[in-house]
Amino acid sequence: MTLKIGLPSKGRLMDKTYAWFTDRGVEMRPSGDGREYVAHAGIAGLEIVLLSAGEIPRELGAGRIHLGVTGTDVVRDRLPVWEDQVAEIAALGFGHADLLIAVPRFWSDVDTLHDLDAVAAAFRRQHGQRLRIATKYHRLVREFLRAEGVADYRLGDSQGATEGTVRNLTAEAIADITSTGETLRANHLKPLRDGVILKSQATLFKSRQAQWGAAERSALAALLDRIGAAS
Amino acid sequence: MTQTERIRTETDRLLAAFEAVGAERFETGMLQPAEVLLDLYGEDIRARAFVTMDPLQGELMLRPDFTVPVVQAHLASGRGAARYRYAGPVFRQQTERSARPSEYAQVGFEEFGAGDAARADAQVFSLFSAVLSPLGLTVATGDIGLLRGAVAGLETTELRKGALLRHLWRPRRFRAVLERFSQPRPDPVPAMAEDVPEIGLRSRAEVAERLPRLAEDAAAPPLPAGQSALIMALLGIKETSANALSQLRDLAVDMPGIRAAVTGFDARLEALETEGVAADSLAFEASYGRTSMEYYDGVVFGFYAEKRPDLPPIATGGRYDALTRALGGASAPAAVGGVIRPELIAELERAG
Repeated sequence: MTLKIGLPSKGRLMDKTYAWFTDRGVEMRPSGDGREYVAHAGIAGLEIVLLSAGEIPRELGAGRIHLGVTGTDVVRDRLPVWEDQVAEIAALGFGHADLLIAVPRFWSDVDTLHDLDAVAAAFRRQHGQRLRIATKYHRLVREFLRAEGVADYRLGDSQGATEGTVRNLTAEAIADITSTGETLRANHLKPLRDGVILKSQATLFKSRQAQWGAAERSALAALLDRIGAAS
Repeated sequence: MTQTERIRTETDRLLAAFEAVGAERFETGMLQPAEVLLDLYGEDIRARAFVTMDPLQGELMLRPDFTVPVVQAHLASGRGAARYRYAGPVFRQQTERSARPSEYAQVGFEEFGAGDAARADAQVFSLFSAVLSPLGLTVATGDIGLLRGAVAGLETTELRKGALLRHLWRPRRFRAVLERFSQPRPDPVPAMAEDVPEIGLRSRAEVAERLPRLAEDAAAPPLPAGQSALIMALLGIKETSANALSQLRDLAVDMPGIRAAVTGFDARLEALETEGVAADSLAFEASYGRTSMEYYDGVVFGFYAEKRPDLPPIATGGRYDALTRALGGASAPAAVGGVIRPELIAELERAG
């Protein structure tokens, strides 16, 4: 049996993940034809499975991979009982991003969730519909707003270019991942002072659902020893 | 008897009991248009119900309960008073760590347009109490009307009362807003952001309209000392109904806003006695039912199996005039009713 580790298949997240492991003596580089990555780590039975970062939570949750690197944001959004399905092994220190609520910058009357709630009520009276918040993180946003007691809004699905939805009149506010705030400013949006839903970063997760035989356990122990983490 | 047979027998027994008090049969489809439910309950319902998509009709929901369809049907009929009975499966997402089913049966009774609220409340409660009596359940009751009255009677601006009334059903938010209004608010009031482009459906005029209200709110004095403590004292009442009534009368001396609701509470206890319910010893909890359903705005009740804390309530119900008004306008008929879960009764019978 092999210890399957799901890693992001493209982009900066992929490059940084491989650099992170390589720095810790778990060397990873492309195979001869460049189509797949193999671990040259001297760790018997470690197999890399390339996946899109968004698929990794699902694969971890289903136990089809033993380990995986992805953002805490997607894990918490996609896995309903994530503490039962995965465990965090190590935060990798990159891929930092905050999931936060942002509103148009000209809304000078809105600074906090209390304002957003009051404006949502007024908006509903005025326009006969709920104030729309565009996001792709439905569960996280809904749970956050419910816990904070914000009412009279509804979520609109936006799988990309979320910052543009307000200008395009498909939403009044957004909840999205932002790493710098630059994109928000460019789109005439501003974050709410108390609207940070989650601080996310790239994290190595262990699946609680996968089959953990003796071979997988010993490969995991060797890997953890190399990267200096405890399980 | 198999479990399925037990459930069917129990469903038939309950429907017969509701029919015996003149409730006509109501039926509706399992797929309901999502729009009305989303409009009433917002995102909370999306987290609880199964939403699906029809290419032509748009978003549809597997019915999460019968209440909204039965209210709509009654409003559409244009009749004043009527009683309904219904039975069938309802569907709820279970995202928490629990083994609770996503599909389960409900048997319900709803009464619309009854003139005497205390009498109607008492009759519905005693009907549920009677059909459930063989099971030896514990009862919880509450009355959202008391809190509504207490808020309406606060010495503060209409704006602040409105903000609190919106959050009657969200205890944490309600408390945060109450605390906010109990403190002086020295916040500087923002000005219009002139040099920033206007984007989206909410217009600059709407911002301009809210700014003076923020100024007004910043200038409004905090709630007089003790008013928030009185509300917390009200919410803390957990007593037999007889003792609760005497505590409520004491509170009403300092809280004129609850006087009408206390009179209604008294009248309901009397009406319950008339129906043969030992009303004085009924457990009463002022904060009961605040999180179960938005739009419950009067009496609320639940029946629980004390020996089975793992089970949800066997039956729940209450008065929801706010829901019929939300769907039918200010002149919509009053409504009170409840639902029973026959498979839980079957489970209690099976376990002996």
